[in-house]
Amino acid sequence: MRDEQVQDVIRALQHGLPITEHPYQCVADEVGVTETDILRTIDDCLQQGIFKRFATIVRHRKLGYVANAMVVWDIPDDLVDEIGTLLAKEPSIRLCYRRPRRLPVWPYNLFTMIHGQSRDWVLQELSAIRRKHQLEFPYDVLFSKRCFRQRGALYLPEAK
Amino acid sequence: MDALARALIQATIRDFPRDARPFAYLAQQLSTNEDDVILRFRQLHAEGIVQRIGPVITPNTVGASTLAAVSVPNDQVEAIAQRINQFPEVNHNYEREHEYNLWFVITAASRARIDEILALTQSWVTAPVLDLPMEKSYFIDLGFAP
Repeated sequence: MRDEQVQDVIRALQHGLPITEHPYQCVADEVGVTETDILRTIDDCLQQGIFKRFATIVRHRKLGYVANAMVVWDIPDDLVDEIGTLLAKEPSIRLCYRRPRRLPVWPYNLFTMIHGQSRDWVLQELSAIRRKHQLEFPYDVLFSKRCFRQRGALYLPEAK
Repeated sequence: MDALARALIQATIRDFPRDARPFAYLAQQLSTNEDDVILRFRQLHAEGIVQRIGPVITPNTVGASTLAAVSVPNDQVEAIAQRINQFPEVNHNYEREHEYNLWFVITAASRARIDEILALTQSWVTAPVLDLPMEKSYFIDLGFAP
């Protein structure tokens, strides 16, 4: 398929696969290609790493994961990759990213996310991780409060 | 959530079948019928437990994205959050316990559009808007098991 068609497929999928007997056929009809084209495009996007996965996306809060902490760290630049890789292996850490500092207001360059069913559990996990890896670097814990929006990304504008 | 709903989420949270009739395929795996599987997925979607069935797009492969944050007075959090949510490109928006108390993810067709959204947001707030694009991903796994 042409790049443009791949984009059309992504656009047609960004609100989610329809929950109906022949969902891929529905997407195919919308894009104006065959069902085989749709299935192959999804597999290609997975193989090329454009899609991390093609799956059911759930809202973790609705499953009881209500204590959701973004734990941010100020790690020396020459150590951040090593520590990022180390923290990414911790089972309770769901996301681990490097992002830029914005001095003077934002000194943190490593972002990790810990989702738990209680605040105490998250804080205990965090202190266990700090002890285990002897992390003495400055950090901060930002628990989430209200959720104003959580939905799939709309990378591509809707077709007019 | 009943046993079937749980089993359906578990079976598809990392990979949803690419089959002409995926719900029939799942029904066969779980010894039930297609109508029941479709009904259950529709219920889970209506209840908001299932956000969608679809791709998780790898950051920086299609369009552009960033994590942004603003610091606003506590009594303005909701009003500013609603203004930020007017941008269709904002797909996550959370209040957090910090001086920077509103955190949102922008995914857009281009970096130029992100800059536009950040500039507009900056015009509503005093403290500098934080623009924190991902530089490196060490791990992403939001495939929660129920």
